[in-house]
Amino acid sequence: MHRIVSKAQLSPNVTRLDLEAPRIAQIRQPGQFVIVRRGPRAERIPLTIADVDRQAGTIALVIQAVGKSTKELVSLSVGDSIQDISGPLGMPTEVIEKGRALCVGGGVGTAVVHPIAQGLHAKGVHVTSVIGGRSKEWVIFENELKRLGDVVVCTDDGSYGRKGFVTDAAKEILTAGGIDIVYAVGPVPMMRAVASLTRPFGVHTIVSLNPVMVDGTGMCGGCRVDVGGETKFACVDGPEFDGHKVDFDLLADRLSTYRTHEQEAITPKDHDCRVGLQK
Amino acid sequence: MSADLPAAAPKKMSPKERLAIQRQRMPEQDATARACNFAEVNLGLPEQMAVLEAQRCIQCKDPKCVQGCPVRVNIPRFIDFLSKGDLPGAAESLLGDNALPCVTGRVCPQETQCEELCIRGLKGEAVGIGYLERFVADWAMKNGSAAAAKLPATGKKVAVVGAGPAGLTAAGELAKAGHDVTVYEALHQPGGVLVYGIPEFRLPKQIVDKEVQRLTDAGVKIECNVVVGRTYTLPELRQTFDAVFIANGAGLPVFMNVPGENLKGVYSANEYLTRVNLMAAYEFPQADTPVLVGKRVAVVGGGNVAMDAVRTAKRLGAEVASIVYRRTKAEMPARVEEVHHAEAEGVVFEMLVAPLAVVGNDKKWVTGLKCQRIQLGEPDASGRRSPVPIAGSEFVLDCDVVVVAIGTRANPLLTATCPELKLNKRGNIEADENGMTSLPGVFAGGDIVRGAATVILAMGDGKRSATAIDRYLNNRAD
Repeated sequence: MHRIVSKAQLSPNVTRLDLEAPRIAQIRQPGQFVIVRRGPRAERIPLTIADVDRQAGTIALVIQAVGKSTKELVSLSVGDSIQDISGPLGMPTEVIEKGRALCVGGGVGTAVVHPIAQGLHAKGVHVTSVIGGRSKEWVIFENELKRLGDVVVCTDDGSYGRKGFVTDAAKEILTAGGIDIVYAVGPVPMMRAVASLTRPFGVHTIVSLNPVMVDGTGMCGGCRVDVGGETKFACVDGPEFDGHKVDFDLLADRLSTYRTHEQEAITPKDHDCRVGLQK
Repeated sequence: MSADLPAAAPKKMSPKERLAIQRQRMPEQDATARACNFAEVNLGLPEQMAVLEAQRCIQCKDPKCVQGCPVRVNIPRFIDFLSKGDLPGAAESLLGDNALPCVTGRVCPQETQCEELCIRGLKGEAVGIGYLERFVADWAMKNGSAAAAKLPATGKKVAVVGAGPAGLTAAGELAKAGHDVTVYEALHQPGGVLVYGIPEFRLPKQIVDKEVQRLTDAGVKIECNVVVGRTYTLPELRQTFDAVFIANGAGLPVFMNVPGENLKGVYSANEYLTRVNLMAAYEFPQADTPVLVGKRVAVVGGGNVAMDAVRTAKRLGAEVASIVYRRTKAEMPARVEEVHHAEAEGVVFEMLVAPLAVVGNDKKWVTGLKCQRIQLGEPDASGRRSPVPIAGSEFVLDCDVVVVAIGTRANPLLTATCPELKLNKRGNIEADENGMTSLPGVFAGGDIVRGAATVILAMGDGKRSATAIDRYLNNRAD
């Protein structure tokens, strides 16, 4: 059992849970994830380890509440426990040894960028983070990333930082030159856009993929993705891959496999009525 | 089960009397009813039938059946107790030889092992050894027979990687020998293929839980959610433990490598069965994990896993559930009983058919499996006639879910953390007949050594390796 030691609401639908998991806290490397199962009958879901406190033996999971399982996870309180956490899983981030890195984070993906930036910072790599959200309240991990380098914040509505998409800011930075590598984590369209942006610049671009997973150890093959025409299992070969080789259409399509199931799973009490009948 | 006591066995039955008894038939759930539920198909013999069946055994002086058993159960001995109505005696005898008898009594291919060698099978039908094992094991479980006696603690620590049939068997034997055993399991529940692979209707999960409980009662420690290769490396385990037994299983699913295999609706058998068995997707949305319930499901392959998948599809509600296999029923590696059960449940067998591609619609959902007809040519290296495609015979089998059940290959997750460990060219760990690997104190067994095999062969490896580990620990000077 893994007790929740702290809980914070980072944005309207993103929650941070810090949980006891001493072994994982001790050995996890940037880019790795865990599989979490809340309790009996719950799903196994993959979540990136956004941060760790080795001394306290805790790991931070940043959860976007979208389906039944994630909504139930974020409804837990400090002192509650999660039954199963398995990991750390996946290959660690390919971290460069020196130079300048551009880290692009969109929405909840910004939390995944954080450990990558930590790994780069630890090597002495200069990190510039470009992070974004719909508006000010959706921007997360700004302060944490500021401790690791420069941060450019973008909001779609201009309510905070620059107005516009992260790709606009990233383009300016790439044009200015000197970037050795780009890491991009966020929604599929954002990662696809960043990969398209960096391709003409010839800058190596790493993206972190979030396909549907079950076991996380390579056993089921449900997380298969196409990278450069080859089928890879994101759980053991990834989750990070060369963004210039990833088939994002396939990824987005496979992510939609259980869309109708997700709607069915949400019980009426969790359902936010979009036509205003609750009022 | 009948509450009546069996008619007391005659003091001494003559061989003639024994030979006169016909083989008892396993009571089964009705085929039409069971094709719609996940309850167990075989219902188990009632006590009177079991005693009668036990009396069919002629107690050979040189019992061939034992040689056919990978874990060398003393079959005539437990059957002898049973034939006299001595159930506690039968249970003690069986449990001393076999760590998971409720499991093997259900899933072993007895017809190609113990029962194939039974003398009675030469002229008539073999003794129903599997039925009897199941009967005695279930009786023992129900009546709380204690695990076999333990030797005094040795102070030696052994790590077992994987809580499947090989790992659990080895753990039970090692604990019995007095060693301090910790089993590391990657998933959240112990059992390995017994819980993620074999369906409820063949092996109820409750049975596995109870077998595991018996081991933990005997002092075996089981830690779930530990992925050796990630959470701990093999060198780390070697530092902490006096010996390590690796039994982490079959690993990665093999796909057909044909176009369209990443369409929505294509599963590996591992994923399909894990969703339904381990994650209980058949109870969705009461259980949180979903599975695509196809109207027409095509399962590619001819082994036991393919049979499990296709019978699962039927139970989930498929109108048509088909086996697509490139040879004929005679060449199928699946157990005859499983094939018969599948047929009775209405599974369609598309024989001499090879898939060429998965086809889908504009929304990228599976709509069919493009196939080619096959004829059988000359026997290949395995002795099976090799499939030869018939030109111009292509057709599309309509389906909305495809399950690929054509095997697995070794998972490199653990072995990658220890390059000194010798592997064969397929990535399986090299081990001798006692499970000894190229590294001192490291033993391995089950599918990570054999490639995909059976529960009982894995258990045999576990038992032999445990003996070898015990010998290794006792001989080591320290």
